Amino acid sequence: MAALHVEGLARRYGEREALSGVTLTLEAGQTLVVFGPNGAGKTTLLRVLATLLRPHAGTVSVLGSILPEQSWGVRGRVGLLGHEPLLYRELTARENLRFHARLHGVADGRVDELLDAVAMTARGREPLRTLSRGMVQRVAVARAVLHDPELLLLDEPHSNLDPAAIELVSPLIGSASRRTRVICSHDPTGGLAEADVVLGLRGGRPALLAPASEVDRSQIAELYR
Amino acid sequence: MSRTVAALLRKELLVELRTLESVPAMSLFAVTTFVVFHFALNRSVVDGDLAAGILWVTLLFAAILGVNRLFVADADQGGFDAFLLAPVDRTAMLVAKVITLLAYLVVLELVAVPAFALLLLGPSIGDALPDLIGVLALGDLGVAVIGTLVAALAVRTRARDLLGPLLGLPLLVPIVIGGARATSPLLASVHPTAPAARWLLTLGLYDLVFGLIAYALFDFLLED
Repeated sequence: MAALHVEGLARRYGEREALSGVTLTLEAGQTLVVFGPNGAGKTTLLRVLATLLRPHAGTVSVLGSILPEQSWGVRGRVGLLGHEPLLYRELTARENLRFHARLHGVADGRVDELLDAVAMTARGREPLRTLSRGMVQRVAVARAVLHDPELLLLDEPHSNLDPAAIELVSPLIGSASRRTRVICSHDPTGGLAEADVVLGLRGGRPALLAPASEVDRSQIAELYR
Repeated sequence: MSRTVAALLRKELLVELRTLESVPAMSLFAVTTFVVFHFALNRSVVDGDLAAGILWVTLLFAAILGVNRLFVADADQGGFDAFLLAPVDRTAMLVAKVITLLAYLVVLELVAVPAFALLLLGPSIGDALPDLIGVLALGDLGVAVIGTLVAALAVRTRARDLLGPLLGLPLLVPIVIGGARATSPLLASVHPTAPAARWLLTLGLYDLVFGLIAYALFDFLLED
């Protein structure tokens, strides 16, 4: 069974159509990389797949559950890393992760393990508002994989991260994690290296959908013109 | 669900202790209002209907400050999304927020009632205290349930600071009426008596009705 199956997906914000006619299939363990200029609908697509937004038309199946009717079956199996870290600024990294661990029924030991994995153990007792954006992003990565999700939804996951930090989080959210992934990216080289399937969006509509092996950088550059 | 409620309550407590955004503002507002009444009424003491009215109206407006802040951290820092992504019963958030607001109101009253007794109230509050605590508890429960419902509705709008009081005040007026009528005989200078049972029943019934409405609606308020 496909991890993701989307057919004719549409989503509007009031009168404005954010997504229209999106159709794709992604097998378990594969990585879909979504390219497109700002406002193309990438984040909206991730939020629909995460069950945070309802599709207004079309069929969406995530991990075998039809959305929005079976959203319950998806929650807890998806890790979302978006533009917002989904962490409370007044709480420490450790307190934030413990809070999420309790929501997901995960043991506290996993929190220590992940703080260590993102090299935040030493700063784990400081309020998030005192940390740099890169450090917050590392904690957000730990939050996204805390419950060992089957599907990762990553919106520009390397934003604010330096090269060393990118290497640090790679085992958690990179191809080595062996999870099914949907990644929104503006980096053609890095994105193509990660992708099994490429989706290009422009104005909320699919402008490119192909296996990564059949896509070159010029096709991606064309999306941004 | 109790595990989720406990996690949410712990988070609420930590955030409030670190920011001190709600309870100090509510308490300061109440004390300031009593001082203003003290001078504006040109009376050193009040009792009966007037005392009960001043107490309940002040508590209501102070509560609105807490209601307006109740979901702000969740809305602004992605707490809603994080909660919605977790495989938990969404009623847990309603329960946790109602308990949080109840706790805020109890702390507010621990400050406001002695301040009221000191600044404005004529008769001694000592004898009335056990009954007053019962009336305040019934009123607080209604304010907490309605406040949580209204705050969840308003927080995702751009005009949340306006919409909260605009929706909340009409729904909270019956609690002020019931609370004030039940409190008035307790604060009478001459022959103070116990609150009339019908006002206590009115408060209790109002709490129950809005508790059921909140239980039925809250999931939909969190949905897209």
